[in-house]
Amino acid sequence: MEKKTVNKLLKMQQKYAPVYFLAPAMILFSIFVIWPIFQSIWISFHKWDGFSPMTWVGLKNYRKLFDDPRFYTSLKNNIYWLVFMMLAPLVGLSLALFLNQQIKGMRVIKSLFFFPFVINLVVVGLVFSWFYNPDLGLLSVLLGVFGIEPIPILADEKMATFGIIIAGLWPQTAYCMILYLTGLAGVNTQIVEAGRIDGAAGWQMLRHVILPQLRPATIVALTVTVIGALRSFDLIATMTAGGPWGSSYVLAYHMYDEAIFNFKMGYGAALAVVLFLIMSVFIYFFLKRMIDTEK
Amino acid sequence: MFPTPIQKRIVPVRALYVVGVILLLIMWLLPMVAIVSTSIRPGSDISSGNYWGIPSRIAIVENYSEVFNPDRSPMLRYFINSTVMTLPAVFFTILFSSMAGFALAVYPFKGRIALYAMFIAGNFIPYQILMIPVRTMFVKFGLFDTIIGLVIFHTAFQSGFATFFLRNFIVELPFSLVESARVEGATEPRIFFSIMIPLLRPALASLGVLLFTFIWNDFFWALTLVQSDKARPITFGLSALKGQWLISWNLIAAGSVVAALPSVVVFFILQKQFIQGLTFGGVKE
Repeated sequence: MEKKTVNKLLKMQQKYAPVYFLAPAMILFSIFVIWPIFQSIWISFHKWDGFSPMTWVGLKNYRKLFDDPRFYTSLKNNIYWLVFMMLAPLVGLSLALFLNQQIKGMRVIKSLFFFPFVINLVVVGLVFSWFYNPDLGLLSVLLGVFGIEPIPILADEKMATFGIIIAGLWPQTAYCMILYLTGLAGVNTQIVEAGRIDGAAGWQMLRHVILPQLRPATIVALTVTVIGALRSFDLIATMTAGGPWGSSYVLAYHMYDEAIFNFKMGYGAALAVVLFLIMSVFIYFFLKRMIDTEK
Repeated sequence: MFPTPIQKRIVPVRALYVVGVILLLIMWLLPMVAIVSTSIRPGSDISSGNYWGIPSRIAIVENYSEVFNPDRSPMLRYFINSTVMTLPAVFFTILFSSMAGFALAVYPFKGRIALYAMFIAGNFIPYQILMIPVRTMFVKFGLFDTIIGLVIFHTAFQSGFATFFLRNFIVELPFSLVESARVEGATEPRIFFSIMIPLLRPALASLGVLLFTFIWNDFFWALTLVQSDKARPITFGLSALKGQWLISWNLIAAGSVVAALPSVVVFFILQKQFIQGLTFGGVKE
């Protein structure tokens, strides 16, 4: 009889254990991450300066987007970021293939290649703004060697965004390289040998034998790069603050600018919702894959 | 192994490879070399235009003590703020998310896949969709412009990634351990603290290193949730200093090195854990 009660108690506490184990993380995550998403959507239907009461304006903020030239600039730049950041997985793969050799000290070399990823983006931004600086930057020195006049990259409307993307590629490529190096370490040597016997080498080997085995690494590299590209903010804030004349805006920066400096919370929220929707497409595919592997 | 092992190549190819690797590495790290070499240059070199030549003398002590001199700049304050913010945030994230990860991995309750998906998805969303509500909430609760506020927010946000990470790790552990502990009559909290936590140690190390760099390097929340020097972390402080020191690039460089150093040091000491952490759950399946 006593044993039965004990067993029952143990069963009970097993049943309720997940509740208290989950509670702290769930409560914090719901308050500061999940709930604000819905609040932002709600705010986006209002006109609000952040202090006085909100007034309902329906879809007006979203309609305003279509008349805002800056919105198109942001959208266009977000696409540039997405497209050009794709160089990170590509170059990362090439670097990984190049470094995938066993020579003395290779471990140290690999970690040195990786370390740009660890440095914070404000520092990366400072380093690159300074590299591009037409008066004292290393780039002008290098261009000078070829007799080319200094180019003020970050002050040029057409070039600023690309200048920032290059800075963003540096740590991102390092990250992709590590993903691929880890993937290469797990490549099945028997299949590679079998491929060799069948006469596959170089490009053919890469395409038909190695790349299929690197698929998981590729998916992760693409996902983190896409999310990283859409999230880009730190570099823009440190390098150009959206300039010159708003030419390096992206949705993430545009939203921050409208909300913090222009006190247009409703409009800012609408921009954030648009960015969120674009990102949800990618998040959906990633989640689907995660949950499929779960089953 | 792919490509052909370099040992199987003829000697000139091998030598060429080594030279190639070294050249590429130098190019790759050129921005860092530039910043470190500027940080040890005296200010007079900068004003006389000697940006890239040999420094006229080594001014390490001078520059770095200037950066840390509280009378000249608040960098020391920012550095302390970052430390005081990052360490508890890492600790609480690890504590709460190992509990949540354990619950999601071990108990077969309804809706756990949905909860798991929520943690993953929340971790990928743009910060901007959280910004206005979180900022408003912070002002309302008196958390705006405080280090505690940043600790709470980072703990909340990072618990998404951390729970996902630890849950995947725990799922791989042998469940029989939990079962036999139950047969012995151990309570669930006891199973968690005496059995799970020791088994999780390698995963916690990886996660801790990653979280440290994520939180230390945060800029966006430092920018939107903090207003004054008393709570400014170093990333924000650094970008503010750019205005203050303006042309003293040697000092800005030294400040950048100081801001980057903790993550770099943590990475080089624990790089195996760091890399395992980053590639965990994605690359090997």
